[in-house]
Amino acid sequence: MTAFWSLSVATFKGFFRDKQSVFFAIVFPLMFLVLFGGVLDFETSRLELVEVGDVALVEELPPPAQDAFEEAFEVTSTDDLDEALTQVAEGDVDAAIEMRGDTFVAHYSQADQVKAAMTQGTLRAFVDAANVAASGEPPRFAFRAERVEDESLDAIQFVTPGLLGWAIAMSAAFGAAATLQGWRESKLLRRLRLSPASTGQIVAARIGVAVIIALVQMAIFVGLATVAFGMQLTGYWWMAVPLIVAGTLSFMALGLLAGALAKSAEGAVNLANFFVLPMAFLSGSFFPLDGAPEWLRTISLAMPLRHLNDAMSDVMVRGLGPSATVLTFVILLGFAVVVTAVAARLFRWDAD
Amino acid sequence: MSAAIEVHGLTKTYGDLTAVDDITFSVGQGEFFGILGPNGAGKTTTLEMIEGLRQPDAGRVRLLGENPWPRNASLLPRIGVQLQASSFFERLTAREQIRTFAALYGVPAVRADAWLGRVGLEDKAGTRTEKLSGGQKQRLAIASALVHDPEVVFLDEPTAALDPQARRNLWDLLGTLNESGRTVVLTTHYMDEAEALCDRVAIVDHGRLLELDTPSALVRGLDADVRIYVDAALLDVDEAAAIPQVSAAERDGDSTVVRTKAPSVVLAALAERQVLEGLQVKAATLEDVFLTRTGREYRA
Repeated sequence: MTAFWSLSVATFKGFFRDKQSVFFAIVFPLMFLVLFGGVLDFETSRLELVEVGDVALVEELPPPAQDAFEEAFEVTSTDDLDEALTQVAEGDVDAAIEMRGDTFVAHYSQADQVKAAMTQGTLRAFVDAANVAASGEPPRFAFRAERVEDESLDAIQFVTPGLLGWAIAMSAAFGAAATLQGWRESKLLRRLRLSPASTGQIVAARIGVAVIIALVQMAIFVGLATVAFGMQLTGYWWMAVPLIVAGTLSFMALGLLAGALAKSAEGAVNLANFFVLPMAFLSGSFFPLDGAPEWLRTISLAMPLRHLNDAMSDVMVRGLGPSATVLTFVILLGFAVVVTAVAARLFRWDAD
Repeated sequence: MSAAIEVHGLTKTYGDLTAVDDITFSVGQGEFFGILGPNGAGKTTTLEMIEGLRQPDAGRVRLLGENPWPRNASLLPRIGVQLQASSFFERLTAREQIRTFAALYGVPAVRADAWLGRVGLEDKAGTRTEKLSGGQKQRLAIASALVHDPEVVFLDEPTAALDPQARRNLWDLLGTLNESGRTVVLTTHYMDEAEALCDRVAIVDHGRLLELDTPSALVRGLDADVRIYVDAALLDVDEAAAIPQVSAAERDGDSTVVRTKAPSVVLAALAERQVLEGLQVKAATLEDVFLTRTGREYRA
């Protein structure tokens, strides 16, 4: 066995025998995936309507429109207008509808403005359709909706790349920080320096193991998301593999910096956490950055995870090709080089 | 016999502290060489400069005829090191550890496994290092240092933190290490260990080399009294002091302690008086050497 291979095997066994590292690298982020992707359903749920008495308009809709209506709204019935209005006021339903003669009246609450607007717009469309149907003329214009894959992606689609990015950042940074600090404390670093194995072999073995762990994370995440939660991958999803390799290098550099700065193995992992957790929030790993203020989004551009997340979304779920990721590679690898250089300058052989 | 190690004027300072202060010595091939001193005396720093882990501020090191600093890759396969801490990979078994170290030197796994046997760890081969006792860890560290059959091996306080029984057990192993002409350099803060194992001992304190010789020559050079302990019921202090060639006599617990530079004469006189029952003879030790040299009681 060569030095490189034996060091890789030793580090690999060391990682997978550590239940705590395996938990934090794989199980912990998966819990978030299940929570965000499976339990919390971000999909636009059907609007809820309460029908007061008989609403003739709905019953007179032509059959295809009736289907559409049922798809858009979940309808319950009551005869009591006051009760219906209370339900609207308390947010139990999105709107109450009734007929006053030929006038179709919708009562809605302004509390959720988005839903209010959706309810109004959709109901107005059905009234128009009913009017057209009542005139007996065939409609002059047809309407067909075609969905663009963008922010309206299903929850699992945008949650998976972001959480995967966070998981990779955590295990790569923690792993590098803990290894550097732990090996320094136990003097294993010095012991290895006095063996004929070159620094290149030692570093390459550690990187190799981190990359394998990251790819295992990817396989588990994407596997679970596609099989259990119906995630749909787009054509160039495999571009996530080289992206993850580049990202792992960036995050390991961050971990090396934490390991070089800290004075104990625990301190190194805490410091790595101090780097990774805020970065994950600012990089949209847990929720999209669309609602964040402009300055925050500008700051987030300094984080390698932000670029990895965006690029993974691009190739995994937005259907973009490899050319969309070129700049990301430049940023991730550049970050890795610069931060590693800083860590190397700060590095001391002695733990004290 | 050419020198395996030559050190000349070796000096290392950390800020105001001079950790190693102008140390000069050489170690012959096949020699079992001890560096003895209390904690913080500069033993480890000296060793690390010889190994090539640290750059000396002044002075010269030749290890097997070569300069170990900066990292000298051609030298590394020829030396073996056991560092002060237990430097192992996390969560590997004893067998996996030594095989990993063997692979770093291109040594096949079979030879690594044979070393486990030589240090008596065959039964512990499948045990993770975290679960080994202190003595077993040291045996594994020593085996890992020797797995590539180096010409010079450095052992940095291999018996530190071991209980007396485990320490004695390890001595048996350590005593065999230079059998095949290998040079062994050992640091220790135990006087008895240096006496028992080393061909020559360098005594260091506050970074300075105080003495360097064979343990017996060091003790002889002291010109110290031999102490003979006699049962106080058989011989009191006045009687003892009256014996010719006795330099002093004193009471110590149940014993009368007779000090002399001519033990054979005094022992003959004691035999005449028939007071030999329970008698003990204590020669001067390295501890006395240290006490005389530094004026301080030796504390490990």
